Amino acid sequence: MRFSDSFESRFTSMLGHYPTKRSVLVPTLLYMQDELGYLTDEAIRDIAQRLELTELEVRNVISYYSMLTTRPRGKYNVQVCRNISCMLCGADDVIAHLKKRLGIAHKGTTADGMFSFEEVECIGACSWAPAMQVNYDFHEKLTPENAEKVLDEYRRKGSQ
Amino acid sequence: MPDVNITVDGKKLAVPAGTLLIEACKSVGIEVPSFCYYPGLSLQGACRMCLVKIEKMPKLQTACTTVVTEGMVVSTEIDEVRQARKAMLELLLANHPLDCPVCDAGGECELQDMTFSYGAAESKLIDIKNHKDEQQWSPVVYFDRPRCIMCYRCVRICGEGMDVWALGTANRGSAQLIMPNHSDYLECEECGMCIDICPVGALTSGAYRYKTRPWEMKHVGTVCTHCADGCKTTLGVRRSPTGMQIVRGDNRDKSGINGDFLCIKGRYAFDFASHDHRIQQPLIRREGRHVPASYDQAYEHIALRLKEIREQHGGHAIGVIGSTRTSNEESYLLQKFARLLLGTNNIDHHRTADFPSFAGALARKKDATASMRDVFNAPAILLIGNDPTEQHPLLAWQIRNNVRLHRARLYVVNSSPIKLRRQAASFTQIPAGSEPQLAAFLAGDDSAANALASGEITREALAALRDKLRGEPNLIIIFGSELRGSSIDSLVRFGAAISGAKFVCLGDYANSRGAADMGLYPDLLPGYVPVGSGARFHEEWGAPVPTEPGMNLLQMVDAAKAGRLKALYIVGANPVARYNLDPFALSKTFIVAHDMFLTETALLAEVILPAANAYEKSGTFTNTCGDLQLLKKAGDITTVKSDFEMLLRVADRLGFDLRQLVPFRQAERADLGQSRGAQSGEADRHAIWLEAHGLEPKLSPFDPIAMLDEIQRLVPGYDVSRVELLAGNDQHTSIEAGVASSIASQPELILPANDTLFTSGTLGRYSRTLNSVIENPRRAPADKADREVVV
Ligand code: SF4
Ligand code: SF4
Ligand code: SF4
Ligand code: FES
Ligand code: FES
Repeated sequence: MRFSDSFESRFTSMLGHYPTKRSVLVPTLLYMQDELGYLTDEAIRDIAQRLELTELEVRNVISYYSMLTTRPRGKYNVQVCRNISCMLCGADDVIAHLKKRLGIAHKGTTADGMFSFEEVECIGACSWAPAMQVNYDFHEKLTPENAEKVLDEYRRKGSQ
Repeated sequence: MPDVNITVDGKKLAVPAGTLLIEACKSVGIEVPSFCYYPGLSLQGACRMCLVKIEKMPKLQTACTTVVTEGMVVSTEIDEVRQARKAMLELLLANHPLDCPVCDAGGECELQDMTFSYGAAESKLIDIKNHKDEQQWSPVVYFDRPRCIMCYRCVRICGEGMDVWALGTANRGSAQLIMPNHSDYLECEECGMCIDICPVGALTSGAYRYKTRPWEMKHVGTVCTHCADGCKTTLGVRRSPTGMQIVRGDNRDKSGINGDFLCIKGRYAFDFASHDHRIQQPLIRREGRHVPASYDQAYEHIALRLKEIREQHGGHAIGVIGSTRTSNEESYLLQKFARLLLGTNNIDHHRTADFPSFAGALARKKDATASMRDVFNAPAILLIGNDPTEQHPLLAWQIRNNVRLHRARLYVVNSSPIKLRRQAASFTQIPAGSEPQLAAFLAGDDSAANALASGEITREALAALRDKLRGEPNLIIIFGSELRGSSIDSLVRFGAAISGAKFVCLGDYANSRGAADMGLYPDLLPGYVPVGSGARFHEEWGAPVPTEPGMNLLQMVDAAKAGRLKALYIVGANPVARYNLDPFALSKTFIVAHDMFLTETALLAEVILPAANAYEKSGTFTNTCGDLQLLKKAGDITTVKSDFEMLLRVADRLGFDLRQLVPFRQAERADLGQSRGAQSGEADRHAIWLEAHGLEPKLSPFDPIAMLDEIQRLVPGYDVSRVELLAGNDQHTSIEAGVASSIASQPELILPANDTLFTSGTLGRYSRTLNSVIENPRRAPADKADREVVV
């Protein structure tokens, strides 16, 4: 399968970092997903071959991590933390509000393909709870109002 | 390794360094409960059931992953530990359906037992349990997800043990589940290992699911009747209108040479026994049609015709074809019947390996054959030809797991990239048909390398392989039927230079080796003794027997065609299909067939006798390595009889003194104890013991063990411990040519079965389970192509 040159060079150099090939699986999956948007069947076959794993093993690893997906997602993947710190600081309201504004449920994607929404466990930003992650960027100390503003900003960026 | 001293629950013990704590506890009878721990598989530490308190460690530790260290002080029965176990069970039961009343595992479930022992049956969970319907993953494997406790045993046995890697785990937390390789269905070797190793009823089998409860069955450990490896299989039998029906096969009795292993055939392909097409009464052809007859009529008819033919044309006008699936006692009796009673050496069987040449090559060599257990323990193995994964599943398991657990070095030489190359330290691909040249090359003939070298396989590489092998003491050399005749001699010469080297010659059906050892050859008596030098047999049998070699199978067919062979007595064989014979060639011959089904061969018979199969009789089998094992009667159909009994009834009708055929009440007497007054109860106890072991006291000519007496006395290499054998243990026989060191075998008569994992000679097509796998539309076409069905 064709990936960008930067992917290939990164892959080759990573292979040398570990004693066994399979160790590069998780980072490679992430880079593949960055290029493809999600992990396609073809990509899974490809990586399984490269690392001499079964496709089943690759799928099992993917299913373990919430940041890896085998289904297409929106341009912006909104992951709101629902774990203990965030929950105590009002994550429930943020989640309910965003779901209503986007009109989608947990793991849903908006019809225009702009947003996907997901409730996730602790994302390591407890000190600034409630927190959410949109693709690789963090947004903290959320309220229903400022969270909505953040999404408005993404929608503007995304439709330019 | 030096011992390590530890204290468990106040008991002091010393165990070898490196021992796991859970095993150390077990060694002094302290049971630490466990689910995910399984000896021989990688450590998992998943279930936390084995938590124990170790002094100086802050938290409870998992005994299954902790290696003992000097001075360790362990408590397994304190409140803290008991509380932890209860909590683990409570978590495991949180989503468990507790449908024990209908679950296959109910009554033999580890979760049930643990809950019984440690409590936590009442759940504090108020939420609704996650439910998922049962799924069928393959014709063999069903999955009931809510019952799964995520112990990973199935995943590990399939991957590490079977090298199939068809199962994995998806998701995490309470959403975690076991997943088959095609997400909603399985494509695999269908061995059922995952099902039997599952501690609960999450994985169940298509063959047994919802059929019965464990306590309603009687369990009989006997020998698998399919390939030549001789796995011990435990058959669960239940009463049925016709006798005893086999409803389950497994290997809960792990004492066999196969340990944990069984392939699909040993586990599920017992179902041929209850196939609808089984012949239930004798058939005699009258006016072109087979009509039912009584046993009496059938025996009378056979005896009359045989007597007539023998008197008019002599014994050489009669031929006998024996079976590769009847017991040793039956094969031995059959050749005796042919030689002594019919007066002919025209006797043969479907040959799948050149055992006579093997015996000749090993003449007068002591301990030169390896047992199936040796294959699991040898430091190095050379495998030439064959594809054990398909044709010798147990052998493949032994090799694979020897490499995995004992780091054995495996050298594979084959014309195809067989699956076992994945375990091989070295894999050498040679052109198809060049195996004999390889044997010659190994024995020192350098010019033979010409036929072998190609591409990457250079002459230097071959020479390097040979040098390497020469430096492998205690090497086990295993070869397929590609090597015959003088090639076996070459290989044995090569092995003779390696200290401790042993051999395994691979034949194909459950008792092929037995058929060969028992002398189903026109030129060889039992134990590969040439017919001309059988003084000791003649003496014992007390009557002259023909000393000229008889006709082999193909010669018999030719003679039949030419009208010279007037009668053919066929026991449990289907030469018409196997050798692709022209049925018309046999149209002028009087044929008797013992069989379970109306096979291509049985159809030609004038008299057909309904035969019991190996699961319905007692006796012994010899596997391809030469391991002798006891067959125990499991199932039973009241309307059929063993070949042993039927042969004797025919002999009786022929007016023969049965005592001359079977030394019953002659050799070791059954002690009935009547003479001992108060001790006479012993007779009953003894009889009960015999019955429990599927044997009858040797007071009847139908007792095969009386025949075994004679076999052990007369057949070279069979003088093994009777006690061990009767106790159900495998005993390694040694193959040694009786007299001549070189035996003129006829390699051209050898016809390998080429069975796959899912076929089994003529038997396979009568197994619903095997057929359902072969016909499974979800098997990939490519896979189907290389599993061509040969029936
Ligand atoms: S039946 Fe055998 S090969 Fe198939 S999944 Fe189970 S363990 Fe693996
Ligand atoms: S299916 Fe059975 S063996 Fe496999 S993880 Fe679940 S409980 Fe364990
Ligand atoms: S490996 Fe052979 S003997 Fe063992 S269960 Fe399979 S067919 Fe039977
Ligand atoms: S609990 Fe939400 S970031 Fe840790
Ligand atoms: S048996 Fe020790 S963790 Fe499962």
